[in-house]
Amino acid sequence: MVRKPLPMNEMPNTVEKVTDMTETKIAARKVQVYYGDTHAIQDVDIDIQAKAVTAFIGPSGCGKSTFLRTLNRMNDTIDVCRVEGDIKIDGEDIYDPKVDPVQLRAKVGMVFQKPNPFPKSIYDNVAYGPRIHGLASKKAELDEIVASSLQKAGLWNEVKDRLDGPGTGLSGGQQQRLCIARAIAVSPEVILMDEPCSALDPIATAKVEELIDELRENYTIVIVTHSMQQAARVSQQTAFFHLGILVELGATQDIFTNPQDKRTQDYITGRFG
Amino acid sequence: MPLFWLILIVLAVATVGYVLGRSRALASAGGERRKLHSLPSYYGANVAMKAAVPAFLLMIVWLLAQPFYIDNSISGMIPDSAISEGSSRGLVMAEVRRAARGLDNAVAMGEITDDFARNARADFNDITARLKEAGQIVTSEITQPVMRAAQRFRILDATASLIMAIAVLLVAVIGALWGLRETKADFWARNTVEGGVKALLIGAASIAILTTIGIVLSLVFNTIEFFRLYPAIDFFTGLTWSPSFSGRGGSSELGIIPLLWGTFYISIVALAVAVPVGLFAAIYLSEYAGPRVRAVAKPLLEVLAGIPTIVYGLFALLTVGPLLLSVFGDEGIGIMQAGTAVMTAGLVMGIMLIPFVSSLSDDIINAVPQAMRDGSYGLGATKSETVKQVILPAALPGIVGAILLAASRAIGETMIVVLGAGAAARLSLNPFEAMTTVTAKIVSQLTGDADFASPEALVAFALGMTLFVVTLGLNIVALYIVRKYREQYD
Repeated sequence: MVRKPLPMNEMPNTVEKVTDMTETKIAARKVQVYYGDTHAIQDVDIDIQAKAVTAFIGPSGCGKSTFLRTLNRMNDTIDVCRVEGDIKIDGEDIYDPKVDPVQLRAKVGMVFQKPNPFPKSIYDNVAYGPRIHGLASKKAELDEIVASSLQKAGLWNEVKDRLDGPGTGLSGGQQQRLCIARAIAVSPEVILMDEPCSALDPIATAKVEELIDELRENYTIVIVTHSMQQAARVSQQTAFFHLGILVELGATQDIFTNPQDKRTQDYITGRFG
Repeated sequence: MPLFWLILIVLAVATVGYVLGRSRALASAGGERRKLHSLPSYYGANVAMKAAVPAFLLMIVWLLAQPFYIDNSISGMIPDSAISEGSSRGLVMAEVRRAARGLDNAVAMGEITDDFARNARADFNDITARLKEAGQIVTSEITQPVMRAAQRFRILDATASLIMAIAVLLVAVIGALWGLRETKADFWARNTVEGGVKALLIGAASIAILTTIGIVLSLVFNTIEFFRLYPAIDFFTGLTWSPSFSGRGGSSELGIIPLLWGTFYISIVALAVAVPVGLFAAIYLSEYAGPRVRAVAKPLLEVLAGIPTIVYGLFALLTVGPLLLSVFGDEGIGIMQAGTAVMTAGLVMGIMLIPFVSSLSDDIINAVPQAMRDGSYGLGATKSETVKQVILPAALPGIVGAILLAASRAIGETMIVVLGAGAAARLSLNPFEAMTTVTAKIVSQLTGDADFASPEALVAFALGMTLFVVTLGLNIVALYIVRKYREQYD
């Protein structure tokens, strides 16, 4: 399902309806997450649509980032964390013992809250994933992957002359787009973004949002955000989390204009959170 | 015990000053704390500080200067004729001090009265006899000038101590009064006390620095003295180390090259053991081990650092040496003559260095931000790929710093070498031969009864100086690398 990216100036008030979109990429049922004795996520059921942007909103500590990290098993790296329930991507249970979390993460990429480029050159940052997964057999192929990833991330024109320069030498917004390029380079199907703009200024944020909207054409994107305007601008589907529970899930326009739950309404009108 | 009492009295003055300062501050504000610039205890501390610090400083300076002054004025009393052949003024002065202490003890025991001990006209034979009776004279050859000087020494010493006590107490009281005079509601007592704290901290820091300078100077002067007796060019380029203790100079060959070679060879073997093992242990502990394993394994590994090196030396001598000999010795491959060899010392020293490398590397690896690991795992990298491609490159400068610190430890190590590597200075490539290091030779040159002014003994200082410069250079390089590393994530 190919969609035309929205022009920037029309975005805030032209949130599209996506009710006709039915293809489900990720299906989660009865997901529980425990941190030691804390029950961080309770009974979350959610369907995440393919080739669309799904936003997770909610007050701090509501479990939206924790839930996001269950989708590529990043929580496995935390010792005290335990996940129960079913999470299926394309009908395949990702918590099945036969699934290698390392392979899964190649399919489900992730962009973090703070830009975290490796202390390597820009080229090596992007080439990192393709190299460890053996995606390129020749130098020319790798060059091609790096160039196209940087182009897709909208960073190519800014860095093409200094690919050997350090990734940490870029500005915050450029670093975050480098991290997105790095995630794209392994050709994932899903990209998880954990508050990707929280460390960026408004101009860099606008660029990253524009990029997210373009990426929707080829990838399923799940984004955690604290900014309701951002959720409204970039997402087609919005999920509201509160105290570890998924309170409401629906088309973004519906959530923001006609919320069904009192708590959702209170949150989006700024009564708490 | 008067010094002890003096200290107690000064402290008492300071304590009284504290209490008075406190209450005076409160009184000056009419009992209202809010009107005071600082908390009342700061006014008290200010008075106590003014009372104690100058008094104690005066006391320390006085105690350092008094012996010099008394020695100078007494040594004039001893004519050159009283100094016997083969002796020196310093030795006679030591005898004077001994005799004075003997008089002190005799007075304390009640054998003679204080007046009698002070009496300059007292009969010399009588006083000597009485001292002998009291068991306070060990040498029988106490001469008249020495006894008179000893008597004079006692008098000067007692007078000086009395004057010091008075001066110190006076300074303490004046300081306390000055502090009390300052105590008014608008006096910035808090800031003054802060200044005192700062001075204390600066003092502590400068003691460490001054000691280093003192060590360097003591090495420098003796090294210069050595190079006056033995040509520097021969020392730095000589290929033979064969000091002779029988003859004086000339017959000795004191070339540092075989010792430096032994030092570096043993250190390289040690680092070849310690660096991989320590680094892998650090990677396991910081990246793979669970919190429970880590809580047990890390302290256990660090216990290795607490073992005295002489114990490692025994381990080398009794266990590692014979073990190597059974494999590489005449019964085995046949390239090892005895248990003491470069390999023995190097292996054991390597084990000793493991905790240095692993503990420092572990801290450095832990300092790599978690975001780096998340980024790598999020791209589908395994743990070892993440370690190899992200964590080690990011931590590498710090790890190099840790290795250089371990290297300077290896170069300075002595006991393991003495027990494990033998004492033969040799230039050889065979790691199964006995060799020795700079530090081990410093010990053997300074122990024993060589004349301290001979080049054979003084060479130890030149060796020490060379070693100091080498390890200092390594440490500077290590610090430079560590500092560069720190800037990376800021």
